[in-house]
Amino acid sequence: MSLRLTALDALHRSLGATMTDFAGWDMPLRYGSEREEHIAVRTKAGLFDLSHMGEITVSGPQAGEFLDHALVGFISALGVLRARYTMICREDGGILDDLIVYRTAENEYMVVANASNAQVVLDALTERTGGFDVQVRDDRDAYALLAVQGPEANGILASVTDADLPGLKYYALLPATVAGKDVWLARTGYTGEDGFEIFCAPADAEHLWTALTEAGADKGLVPCGLSCRDTLRLEAGMPLYGHELTTELTPFDAGLGRVVRFDKTTNGGEFVGRKALEAAAAQAEAKAPRKLVGLVSEGKRVPRAEYTVVSTEGAPIGTITSGSPSPTLGKPIAIAYVDAAHAEPGTAVAVDVRGKHEPVEVVALPFYKRAR
Amino acid sequence: MSNPTHLQYTKEHEWLTAAEDGVSTVGITAHAADALGDIVYVQLPEVGDTVTAGETCGELESTKSVSDLYSPATGEVTEVNQAVVDEPALVNAEPFEGGWLFKVRVEATDELLGADEYTAFIGA
Repeated sequence: MSLRLTALDALHRSLGATMTDFAGWDMPLRYGSEREEHIAVRTKAGLFDLSHMGEITVSGPQAGEFLDHALVGFISALGVLRARYTMICREDGGILDDLIVYRTAENEYMVVANASNAQVVLDALTERTGGFDVQVRDDRDAYALLAVQGPEANGILASVTDADLPGLKYYALLPATVAGKDVWLARTGYTGEDGFEIFCAPADAEHLWTALTEAGADKGLVPCGLSCRDTLRLEAGMPLYGHELTTELTPFDAGLGRVVRFDKTTNGGEFVGRKALEAAAAQAEAKAPRKLVGLVSEGKRVPRAEYTVVSTEGAPIGTITSGSPSPTLGKPIAIAYVDAAHAEPGTAVAVDVRGKHEPVEVVALPFYKRAR
Repeated sequence: MSNPTHLQYTKEHEWLTAAEDGVSTVGITAHAADALGDIVYVQLPEVGDTVTAGETCGELESTKSVSDLYSPATGEVTEVNQAVVDEPALVNAEPFEGGWLFKVRVEATDELLGADEYTAFIGA
């Protein structure tokens, strides 16, 4: 099957990007050094093409109630032009995807799914519409998505838009004109830094990329690929679907039970997965079998996804879900599910790195939190 | 980066200098270093080890991957580059120079390519 190309494909190639197949999309992995791209986002700014993300528009008089039913969050309680991190679960509580939902109007929401799950989410939402006065529309081809992330992002955006950036709070959005193009401008991201995500028409993507590149030239903005996006989110302790989140896990297993809103007042409090999630919540409260923790290594070898975590006696006690060198900490870091008995920060454990046990320490997540 | 003509190359993307007093220097090519991305860990054979042409003798880890290092020659390792062990990024920065990996007293080699052949092989 041929890979899907974003509206910025030619531009990435002209920049000499190393491309990679990501969920069926041909995406920039890095343009030069992924470490330098990572550091640019932490200290200055980075520009990302995230057009692989899957936009789904939900509209109609009962759009809010419908999303309360279909997702685990209390979506109808969200203010207009605000966004929320949430999840869609199966009836058995298993996570189908993690999502950001943007309320774009009184009766309209934009659901943004991971590229790898966009079809699954679209199908599940469509299936769950029964009895609701609502339309679910596949808008994956309607939007390109650019992100500007990093401490200089605000200044860069300010030079190409008159939008009220000081008034645009974290997890909020605005219809805005950026470099002459009409976009949805959202203060969201997946890097642990301040920044913006810009949903635009694919035909406008190149113009916006170029305008942002020029606006950021004297502020240290660099193009950034998915490789540094992954290390940035890992340092920020943010989960990635397929790694920390899967259909085999509930939000409570992942330590993200807060996204499940049993206090919803719509639909008589019922939503898909409620029963199973109540049981999962009770179990997490009483005795969580495993916990999601951070690991930090003093060595150089990188604990990677699927490697086994072992006790200091060498007994298997968990599995790594994501791992990489941390450019900010200067040492390897990982996220892992480990037995609750070994999950306390400060606990000494080890990782089986291709047969050799590398000592690591359990730490609380996140690894990195920006100064505000 | 072009592939220096005074070196010989393997299809596993290592390079080897002409032997001086029987000893050749080994590294990985710019093409390989670029494909790996930022290298964060280098494991080399030890001085005195015997390496075998075409077989693994170490490991290179980058942000995203772990790759075996194949020896282009059979023989005893006479020296390793401690600088790249201490600072693996040197392999990315200077793959054909300061980023060399180890020296070997050559008894035999793998099938080797000239610079032009290697350049054609990687399609550059």
